[in-house]
Amino acid sequence: MAQLPFIAAVDAGIHQEMKRDATVLYFGQNLATTENHPFVAAYGHERVRVTPISETAEIGIAIGAAMSGLRPVVELYMAEFMLVAMDQVVNEAPRFRYMSGGQVKVPLVLKAGFGFAAGWAGQHTGSLTAMFMGVPGLKVVVPSTAADAKGLMATAIRDDNPVVFLHHYLLTLEHGEVPDGEHLVPFGKAEVRRAGGDVTIVATGWMVPRSLAAAEKLAAEGIQAEVIDPRTVAPLDLATILKSVAKTGRLVLVDQAPRHATVAGIIAGDVAEHGFSSLKAPILQVTARDATVPYSEPLEAYVIPDEERIIAAVRTVLKARR
Amino acid sequence: MSVQAPNAERQIWIFTHMLRIREFEERVKRTFTEHPGVIRGHTHLADGAEASIVGALSHFKNGDAALATYRCHGYPLVLGSDPKAMMAEIYGRVDGLCKGLGGSMHLTDVKRGFLGTSGIVGAGIPHAAGAAWAAQIRKKREVVFCFFGDGASKQGAFHETLNIASLWKLPVIFVMENNGYNVVTTTAQEDANAAAGEPLAVKAKGYAMPGVTVDGADPLAVAATVGTAVERARAGEGPTLVESKVYRLSAHGNIIAPPGVPLHYPEHEAITIFGKREEYEAALRGDPVPRFRAALVKSGVLSGAKADELAAQVAKEMDAAVTFAVKSPFPKLESALDNVYA
Repeated sequence: MAQLPFIAAVDAGIHQEMKRDATVLYFGQNLATTENHPFVAAYGHERVRVTPISETAEIGIAIGAAMSGLRPVVELYMAEFMLVAMDQVVNEAPRFRYMSGGQVKVPLVLKAGFGFAAGWAGQHTGSLTAMFMGVPGLKVVVPSTAADAKGLMATAIRDDNPVVFLHHYLLTLEHGEVPDGEHLVPFGKAEVRRAGGDVTIVATGWMVPRSLAAAEKLAAEGIQAEVIDPRTVAPLDLATILKSVAKTGRLVLVDQAPRHATVAGIIAGDVAEHGFSSLKAPILQVTARDATVPYSEPLEAYVIPDEERIIAAVRTVLKARR
Repeated sequence: MSVQAPNAERQIWIFTHMLRIREFEERVKRTFTEHPGVIRGHTHLADGAEASIVGALSHFKNGDAALATYRCHGYPLVLGSDPKAMMAEIYGRVDGLCKGLGGSMHLTDVKRGFLGTSGIVGAGIPHAAGAAWAAQIRKKREVVFCFFGDGASKQGAFHETLNIASLWKLPVIFVMENNGYNVVTTTAQEDANAAAGEPLAVKAKGYAMPGVTVDGADPLAVAATVGTAVERARAGEGPTLVESKVYRLSAHGNIIAPPGVPLHYPEHEAITIFGKREEYEAALRGDPVPRFRAALVKSGVLSGAKADELAAQVAKEMDAAVTFAVKSPFPKLESALDNVYA
């Protein structure tokens, strides 16, 4: 075990796979511009390349390389930059296996940061996870710890499907224990970050530490919240969430995206359908307010869910009677 | 660098494949009247582009790859795909090349190097560059053929990809089939080069690669031009943009109509939109299939009798494809959920 910042753990996951598998490529803008770039030094320019600012070509090239037996990892920096090439992400990469009747595989990883709510204003702060999770053929990964960042990246590279790997920018420098050597975290397996019997909280990305902080404050009042981090939203481990709701009867979903663009809404629908009889209170969703993320610091904080709003939601579901 | 001109046997091979594409697509077209309702959605025919397709792919070697667009019936026929499986795919049947999951716009035959076809204009161009990166890493002098239309050269994907392909010296040949129309828009209405009277091949200049324009109705001219580009790519010198001028002899695609309205191929847009019947009739007179037949007979490569015999064989082969496909059952319903993930 080593203490690593989250972003170094992501790199460790890429290194782990590039070392063991010569078919893994890593490329994107503003990387690999010098010979002493760690990935260039280790694997050479054949596999590690800088690209121009051409997201459509970058992702499209990854698709063609993947169909030809390689495993590209595309460094996209920000989730919003994928919007420039949305056709390649949504309507190309996940379609080819299906439309060819299973003749091709498209194993690639689109690595992008998201949710940079630190004064980055309206175009670099989005939480776009739900935009990708409903696309058949795509897998969507949202690590919240350094260990998961390494293990999920490695699993993403080994996966035979296109994977959108979304790492939260505000977790970049968060340190955590990261297993040395080969480390893989399975897709579709949620992690219970904190056990509790009174209420279930489900959150991803940066909302996980916020939910855990809220849970600690609630614990001081004797309220025990169970905090679940799905870690991957496609595939989604609904079973772990339903099991927890069966125990607690109360569900609060926390999501950094605006109200109608959340993973939370999708989970709420599934729990309402499959876990209704367990519920003792209506499901509550704590989401961003319906606005573009503002620049000014207090306004930004007002729009994005914080501990106080999570705590208030938990109090509301605990009061509700059904 | 000099490209070997196709010998007599190879010229007959080219002619045979031109006939096979024409006869296959004639049967696709006829299906709308002979088997109404069997073909759904949108089909796009390559009649008029046969010489370009076969001339270009006459340089295809085992290990090479080809990618194309939704107008994709011609390429796999040349690469060896079974017309029965192709027709069954277009009919949405279980024996289809893609198990009925893709249809006319998405024919794929990976075993034969036909990697895939995007239905989004220009979107497949970077895929070809990615396949070419893989070929570059393999170092076996393999190349990638990237087919697209003139319309795609107005997409960002085209420009982004040509830049990177040239920068990285990727072994790819960009074959732009310029058929003069983007659906119902003429090239001069949407392309600054065309409007200025320039060939579209000049776009290559912006990306420091050779750009060549060739008569796409002449398979030997296409073979010579693409051959030079293929040699350059195999030698590791990078990509070439080939503008192959063709005339699409059918409309863009069959009519777009809701279920219940029988589908068919309307007249060409030159007539229906622009009232230029003479332009279309001139194109028909230049039809590359009879034109190449006449050239082969004239040069003594092929006798008229042998050409007729070939045509009869091909007609029989393609009739058998229709007979097979129309009898092939639909896939099992649950197969709709197969192949979503690998």
